Amino acid sequence: QLSLFRLTVKRPFSTSHSSVDAKEMKKFQLLAHKWWDEEGEFSALHSMNDIRVPFIRDTLLSMSSNYHRGSPLSGVKILDVGCGGGLLSEPLGRLGASVTGIDPLEDNIRTAERHKSFDPVLAKRIQYKSNSLEEIVEESMETFDVIVASEVVEHVPDLETFIKCCSQVLKPEGSLFITTINKTQLSYVLGIVVAEKIMGIVPEGTHEWEKFVPPEELEHILESSGFSVKTVNGMLYNPLSGSWSWVESTSLNYAVHAVKSGARGQSGPTGTSSETDVQQRSGTAGTAG
Amino acid sequence: SSAMAAVLGRALRPPLRARLRPGPRAPLRSAASAEPLYDVVVSGGGMVGSAMAAALGHDIHFHDKKIALLEAGPRKEYGHMPDSYSNRVSSISPGSATLLSSFGAWDHVCSLRLKPFRRMQVWDACSEAMIIFEKDDLDDMGYIVENDVIMSALTKQLDAVADRVEVFYRSRAVGYTWPLPSHSCDTSPWVQIELADGRRLQTKLLIGADGHNSVVRKEAEIKNIEHQYDQSAVVATLHLSEATDNNVAWQRFLPTGPIALLPLSDTASSLVWSTSHEHASELLAMDEESFVDSINSAFWSNINHSDFIDAAGAMFRSAVSLLKPSGTAVRQLPPSVAKVDPESRAMFPLGMGHATEYVQHRVALIGDAAHRVHPLAGQGVNLGFGDIACLAHHLSAAAFNGSDLGSLKHLLKFETERQRHNVSLIAATDVLKRLYSTRLAPLVLLRTWGLQATNALPPVKVRISLDWGL
Repeated sequence: QLSLFRLTVKRPFSTSHSSVDAKEMKKFQLLAHKWWDEEGEFSALHSMNDIRVPFIRDTLLSMSSNYHRGSPLSGVKILDVGCGGGLLSEPLGRLGASVTGIDPLEDNIRTAERHKSFDPVLAKRIQYKSNSLEEIVEESMETFDVIVASEVVEHVPDLETFIKCCSQVLKPEGSLFITTINKTQLSYVLGIVVAEKIMGIVPEGTHEWEKFVPPEELEHILESSGFSVKTVNGMLYNPLSGSWSWVESTSLNYAVHAVKSGARGQSGPTGTSSETDVQQRSGTAGTAG
Repeated sequence: SSAMAAVLGRALRPPLRARLRPGPRAPLRSAASAEPLYDVVVSGGGMVGSAMAAALGHDIHFHDKKIALLEAGPRKEYGHMPDSYSNRVSSISPGSATLLSSFGAWDHVCSLRLKPFRRMQVWDACSEAMIIFEKDDLDDMGYIVENDVIMSALTKQLDAVADRVEVFYRSRAVGYTWPLPSHSCDTSPWVQIELADGRRLQTKLLIGADGHNSVVRKEAEIKNIEHQYDQSAVVATLHLSEATDNNVAWQRFLPTGPIALLPLSDTASSLVWSTSHEHASELLAMDEESFVDSINSAFWSNINHSDFIDAAGAMFRSAVSLLKPSGTAVRQLPPSVAKVDPESRAMFPLGMGHATEYVQHRVALIGDAAHRVHPLAGQGVNLGFGDIACLAHHLSAAAFNGSDLGSLKHLLKFETERQRHNVSLIAATDVLKRLYSTRLAPLVLLRTWGLQATNALPPVKVRISLDWGL
């Protein structure tokens, strides 16, 4: 009951049904050339690779039976939505995947293109496009095996549209990986006040608490868009060590793995979740408070 | 306030910028340039460099990667082992044997030749003090292997992965160009290497395995703490007076330096005698008979004993045997030497060294390039193999995570682990070397009692054994 009520309270800033917010773009514009400084403004995102890449890799490995030595993601087509400077696209490319990275901000794409250009293997495996998700839907229906939307959904104006677009470009039984920030008192204090204003872990103004997404809401939207949520895991950043770890609680950051239902074409409420529950560290936020 | 926040936030973590060596600028290149790009280049094709390249080449996560090994010398063919033993041998610990077998090299070593030993007896020339290392189980404590045998095994295993590891023989690197910190996107992010013949390579990670005078280390401007000892090591291949099980490694500390006899077979042993430069030259110059006499005298003579020390030592020993009856060891007698292999005598100067940093952005040092020790502990190459096991582990995990192989994040983990292990061992070896270089009674007494006490105390002995990889 309560979650339904929450859904009807639309985010105050969005009047559009698009997946891109102009104000958000402006924020990232200023930082477009700083993506690849491992010790700079995006250092927390760099170190997030230490848990999000293994999460994606191991989930996909456990679902597939082929293993190409040395190239665990060989043959997998991945869409990296909101790829920024390519911080996540590159490791996925190194693991053998064919990656398409999209970002509405041209400067980000330019930075990403430049960075990958020095490595001939990556230059071939990764394609970057300066587009929003909606813009590529028509030409990419059911094209991708995997979509990753890491640290993105807290920046989109209309989450339902976003998820629907994901479903359209994803193959049936394809995987969707999302990492984002919960909307709690704790995430306001730690995620905004401490992280942005006091410690500078995240550039000031990057996040707006109003747009943070509670896992229950995300799960609900996913399930009603034809996805089956397989895993929800809490993540925690330790500013002293500069590293991320998996935790029980989803009150701050969390990651979700969902699988698009096998029925071709439309999205509808899914039935029972599939028996192939793959993760050791699984837990659904719906059961917790 | 946001700037202050940024400063505060970053001040909490050790600054990595200091490790991003400025150095000569990489040439301006806009896209993948003509020079071949490798994932890893190992500079130096000795035992440690070759083993590093082989370990990575056989790693499953490096299956699709490109590795290059640069060796200044020519390719040596090890087709047939000569009957006579080489005078350069190494004491290989069980840990090193495990590393070598992880990529199939140990089997080759075993099929060529090696000598396991079960026991080490170490004693002082100035007293009766002695310590014996022995394993309770029937396992071997270590193996004496000729360096040529190890190289032969490594070369075979490199050939087995020739599709991944390219070995450049007769190739010396004459120049390195370091990349700027990676956030500056206009210049090549890779390390540029220029070879003597003008060829150029690029690499994501450069591993310096080029010995104690490492060029990689010097070019990277990594400070090295070094010290030349007033000693040279004399090596030779010796034939024993009579055949014996010969499964004990012997070392006696003379005031001029330690003399060690390492078993090669039932009838042959390898000599490593560290002594002053002058004495070393004399030993090389004298005729074979006198040489053999000197060795036997060094092991058997009690000329350095003084009554005082003997009495004090005996007293301590009785005290120990009262408190801990099993704490005094049975002294075995070392074998006596009959002959030396002609042409097998050689000498080389000794020193110690330790690099203050093992890694920088896109650079890692292993083996003697990172640390150099006195042979008295028989550790030199084992430290290098330990470096390889650790670095290969971290690089393998990094490759499986899709990380940039030259990233300081995992390189620093390697450095921390190895420095923690190496520094205490190198320091202890240096201390031992100095402690045993004197006849002064107080110090002799100290080390006599120390040695006897250590021999009597299992926990301390076990700890030393573990640290030395025995």
